[in-house]
Amino acid sequence: MDVFSDPYNVDVYVTGFLWILKLTAASTVGALVLGVLLSAMRVSPVPVLRGFGAAWVNVFRNTPLTLIIFFCYFGLFSTLGFSVSDEIDLNNYWLGVIGLSVYTAAFVCEAIRSGINTVPAGQAEAARAIGMSFRQTLTMIVLPQAGRAVIAPLGSIFIALSKNATIVGTIGLMESSNAMKELINANGDAVIPIFLVFAGTFAVVLIPAGYGFGWLANRLAVKR
Amino acid sequence: MSTDAVLYDHPGPRAKIRNVVLTVVFGVALLGLAYWIYARFDEKGQWAGPLWKPFTAASTWTDYILPGLGHTLGAAAVAMVLALTFGIVFAVGRLSDHWWVRLPAGAVVEFFRAVPLLLLMFFIFFGVPFITEQPMSIFWAVVLGLTLYNGSVLAEAFRAGIYAVPRGQSEAAYAIGMRKSQVMREILVPQAARSMLPVIVSQMVVLVKDTALGYIISYSELLQMGVNNVAANFGNVVQAAIVVAIIFILVNSSLTALAGWLERRTRRVGKAPRTAALVEAGDAV
Repeated sequence: MDVFSDPYNVDVYVTGFLWILKLTAASTVGALVLGVLLSAMRVSPVPVLRGFGAAWVNVFRNTPLTLIIFFCYFGLFSTLGFSVSDEIDLNNYWLGVIGLSVYTAAFVCEAIRSGINTVPAGQAEAARAIGMSFRQTLTMIVLPQAGRAVIAPLGSIFIALSKNATIVGTIGLMESSNAMKELINANGDAVIPIFLVFAGTFAVVLIPAGYGFGWLANRLAVKR
Repeated sequence: MSTDAVLYDHPGPRAKIRNVVLTVVFGVALLGLAYWIYARFDEKGQWAGPLWKPFTAASTWTDYILPGLGHTLGAAAVAMVLALTFGIVFAVGRLSDHWWVRLPAGAVVEFFRAVPLLLLMFFIFFGVPFITEQPMSIFWAVVLGLTLYNGSVLAEAFRAGIYAVPRGQSEAAYAIGMRKSQVMREILVPQAARSMLPVIVSQMVVLVKDTALGYIISYSELLQMGVNNVAANFGNVVQAAIVVAIIFILVNSSLTALAGWLERRTRRVGKAPRTAALVEAGDAV
């Protein structure tokens, strides 16, 4: 483990994971907001909106994230001149956040939609039968039940998002996988400890997170 | 359509009018968005003929896009076969009665599911050569990474599938004197595999998409050949990315459609009384 006694290497490691944290945090917010909007469109009675939501999901769920991130940089930024910040790292960071959010939103949308589908139609029919308005049915009957069904899939989507954040390394951000590559190339004699530290960091955070979401989903599940 | 039944009542006259108004309003908004994108492209001259022209030439397809697609599908196919094997072995390992098989198998599966695929590929491609002291083939770096990750995901899916086979099946098998390995091999795995078929095909979509990570370690797959190399020759990165994205979408939606068809088929067969219990349990996976 003497690779990590060198403060420079520790710095590379910490910076790498800080980028992952920042990417995950911002993209979680972005994907959640976009995903909720899209799922509202997909279940709306307006055909145009339904079509737009379906098109978004089909396009972004079937395109590799690498291609999306690649396009964000070489297409949006280099060719179309869409720039977020003058500082190169921050610009790459926000382009990465855009790519990750746009991609993950498709999955969030599908999770929410199938969550709404788990609510039996009889629940909403009963609510309407006793005179509840659309808003009341939505906020008191459908969403509380759908929300519980959505915890597990959303949990795995956000775990996947934090892993996918490494792909922003494609456009030159020194996130964890690029950091690991740099350390490996500089310290060929300590390849395995370096890998174990980087991969271990992900495993130590994400495996308990996975079990945590599973436990929560199970605890809050609607018993039918 | 079932969603409509949950959220919205059948529209009456007022709701119908409101829906028409909303359709018009959002239709105009979407057209506006489309026009804004068109104008943005126009401003940067992205509709210019020479940028799109290469895609009508046969050589662009035969020299770049088709070989790239071939490499993408090749890596995905090899990785799928290996991942299936890996998945079955580790799913059965995790269900073993011996703790010294169960725990390591569980640890391997959990570990590779939690590690980002890119990190894994970087380790295999840049790290392993330091240990073995010979260069790593790019193809195998991509395939190995894909196998370890997707194999672990499939192992979890298989384990759930094996759990979902009704207990009466294995009890009956034990009752007629089958050994543990026979029960697993001849009773549980075949039934689980059948109910897992849609999941396996859906995992193919993930695999095909993840081969694009090979671009980062310069494996000559579709993103590398069809976007990077084409754009290097013709300076049309936006156009190339759009064309390649369409190819990916076509390949993956056909896989998704296949998975959906398989699922409906399994369900339809499942309506026969004798296998009803199996499929009902399999649906919960």
